[in-house]
Amino acid sequence: MTVDPILEARALSKRFGAVVAAANINVAIENDSVVGLIGANGAGKTTFVNMITGYLKPDSGTVSFEGRDITALLPREVTRIGICRSFQIPQLYNSLTVRENLGIALGIVLRNSRTFLWARLPKRVPGHAGTLPEAAATMLERFGLTDHGDRLAGVLPEGIRKLLDIAMALVVKPKVLLLDEPTSGISSDEKFDIMDRVMRAVRADGVTVLFIEHDMDIVSRYAQRVMAFYEGRILADGLAAAVLADKEVRRYVIGGPQVRADEQAENADA
Amino acid sequence: MNARDRTLVTLVAALVALLALGALLPPWQFLATVALAKGCAVLGLMLLLRTGLVSFGQGLYFCLGAYSAGSLGQFFGVTDALVLLTVGSLVAAVVAVVLGFLLANYRSIFFAMLSLALSMILYGLLVKSEALGSTDGFNVTPPTLAGSAISGHDGRFSLYALACVVAFAAALSLDRYFHTPLGRLAAAIRDNELRVEYMGASVRQAIHVKYVIACSLAGLGGALTGLTVGHIDPEMAYWTTSGEFVFVAILAGTGSVAAPFLGSVLFEIVRSVAYQHSPNTWQLALGTAMLLVIMFLPNGLWSMFATRGKAA
Repeated sequence: MTVDPILEARALSKRFGAVVAAANINVAIENDSVVGLIGANGAGKTTFVNMITGYLKPDSGTVSFEGRDITALLPREVTRIGICRSFQIPQLYNSLTVRENLGIALGIVLRNSRTFLWARLPKRVPGHAGTLPEAAATMLERFGLTDHGDRLAGVLPEGIRKLLDIAMALVVKPKVLLLDEPTSGISSDEKFDIMDRVMRAVRADGVTVLFIEHDMDIVSRYAQRVMAFYEGRILADGLAAAVLADKEVRRYVIGGPQVRADEQAENADA
Repeated sequence: MNARDRTLVTLVAALVALLALGALLPPWQFLATVALAKGCAVLGLMLLLRTGLVSFGQGLYFCLGAYSAGSLGQFFGVTDALVLLTVGSLVAAVVAVVLGFLLANYRSIFFAMLSLALSMILYGLLVKSEALGSTDGFNVTPPTLAGSAISGHDGRFSLYALACVVAFAAALSLDRYFHTPLGRLAAAIRDNELRVEYMGASVRQAIHVKYVIACSLAGLGGALTGLTVGHIDPEMAYWTTSGEFVFVAILAGTGSVAAPFLGSVLFEIVRSVAYQHSPNTWQLALGTAMLLVIMFLPNGLWSMFATRGKAA
C-alpha cells in the first residue's frame, strides 16, 4: 500500500549556464520520514533544497506539498505553509543575542497568525505553549542553549550557531524540515551530540526531515532513506543501508581512500 | 525595571525638565522648539538607520509637512496647531505610502541616492511654483491652540510646551513600536534579510511600513518647524536639510528614542554659539564636534548614557 507523499518533486530541472544542477529529478517523500541527501560538492543537493523552498525557480518541473502545487511560491510563503530550512552557513541576526534571535522568529509566527492588520496579537504563540518569552525559553532549553541565551549570536562557536540556526527553523513548527549540512564546520566529537539534540527536538513533533550531509557515519545513523545525487541526477534512492552499499554510490558519491582501497582489493580478487 | 519602564521614566523626566527650563529661561524656548521639531525628523531617520537604511531625502517630507500646514493656514484659514500638525504628518505619510512602493526595493547607497533625488524633485517644483512664493516661500499664519494664539510674546511658551509634548509622544510611541514583533524586525532586517524571508515575513512590506512611519515623523517635524519659525521656503527640501538630519542622527546615535532629541538640541546649541562667535567659520565647529564624537563615542552621544553594553 502506498501512502500519499507529503512532499513531491516531479521532473525538476535547473541549469546554471552550462552546469546542470538538476536534471529531471523525481522524488516523493513520505510523511514522518528521515531522508539523507548525499553527493559531492556541486551534485545539486542545495539546488534541490533551494527549489523546494522557493528560493530558486526550476526551469521546468513542479514541487507539490500535501498535494498542492508550491512551485511558484516565495520562501516566506513556503515557510508559512510548513516547510522550513536551516542553512549550511548559519543565517542569524549576528548583532542580537540568542534569545532575541528566537524572539524575532517567534514574533514573526505571532504576527502571521493574525487575520487582520488591526487585530490584537494573541498572548500565546501558535504551536508553542505559552507567551513569547516563555516559548523562547522552552526552545533554548530544548536545544541546550539556555546558557548562551544572552550572548550575541555573532560571537558564538560554530556548533552553537548551527543549533540556533536549526532552532529558528523549528520555531515555525514546520511539517517538513530541510537541514543543509547540519554538522559541517563542527568538530567530529561534537557532531553526534548536535545531531542527537536536533533529532530529539524534531522527532518529538513527528516532523519529516531531509538533511544534506557529507559525513557517512551521520547519514547511516540517522537516515532511514538515502538519496544520492550525482551531476544533478539522483543516482540511487532507497533504504539507507542499501544505498550506502551501492557500488556506483560508493564510487561516485562517497569516494575517498577507503572506497578506492576496497575497489583495488576487489580488482585483485577478480 | 525593564527597558520599557526605564525609557518611560527617562522620557517623563526629560519632559518635566524641558518644561521647567522653558518656563525659567524664556530665550531658550525658540531654539529648543526648533530643535525638538527637527528631532522628530531625526527620530524617524533613526528608525530607518536601525533597519540598516540611510535616507538622504527626509527633507522631502519635512518640507511637505511644513508646506501642507502652511498652505492650510494661508489658503484655508485653518490655524489650529493640532490640526496643522496632524495634516502635516498625514500628507507626508500618504506620499510615503506611494513612494515607498518604489523605495522598498532598494538598499544602501541606492536607497540613499534615490531618496535624495526625490527630495530634490520637490525642491525643484517648489522653486518654480510662484503661487507658493518660489524660492522665497511664504509666511505661516500664526497658529492657535483651542482658540488662543500661541505665537508672539505671550503665546510662545504654549507653542514650546506643545513641541515638548509632541516630541514626548513621538518618542514614546516609537519606543513602544520597537517592542512589537514588527518593530523588532528592524535589527533583523539590518542583520540578515534572507533569514527574515525564510522565517515567513516580508522584508519589503516591513521596510515599507517603517519608511511611512519615518516620513510621517519628518512631516510632523516640518509642520512644527513651520509654525515655530513662521516662515517656510523650499530650502526645507534641499539636500543640505536632509544631510543635517543624517548628521544629527549619527551624532546622537541610535541607542534610545531620546537620543535624536538630545542630539538635535546639542546641534542647535553648538550651531548658534558657533555662529555668534565666528559667523564665517561656524561649520568648522560643527565638523570638529562630529569628529570628536566619531573618535571618542563611535556609537553616538547616547552611548555616554547607556548603562551597560549589550554584550555585558
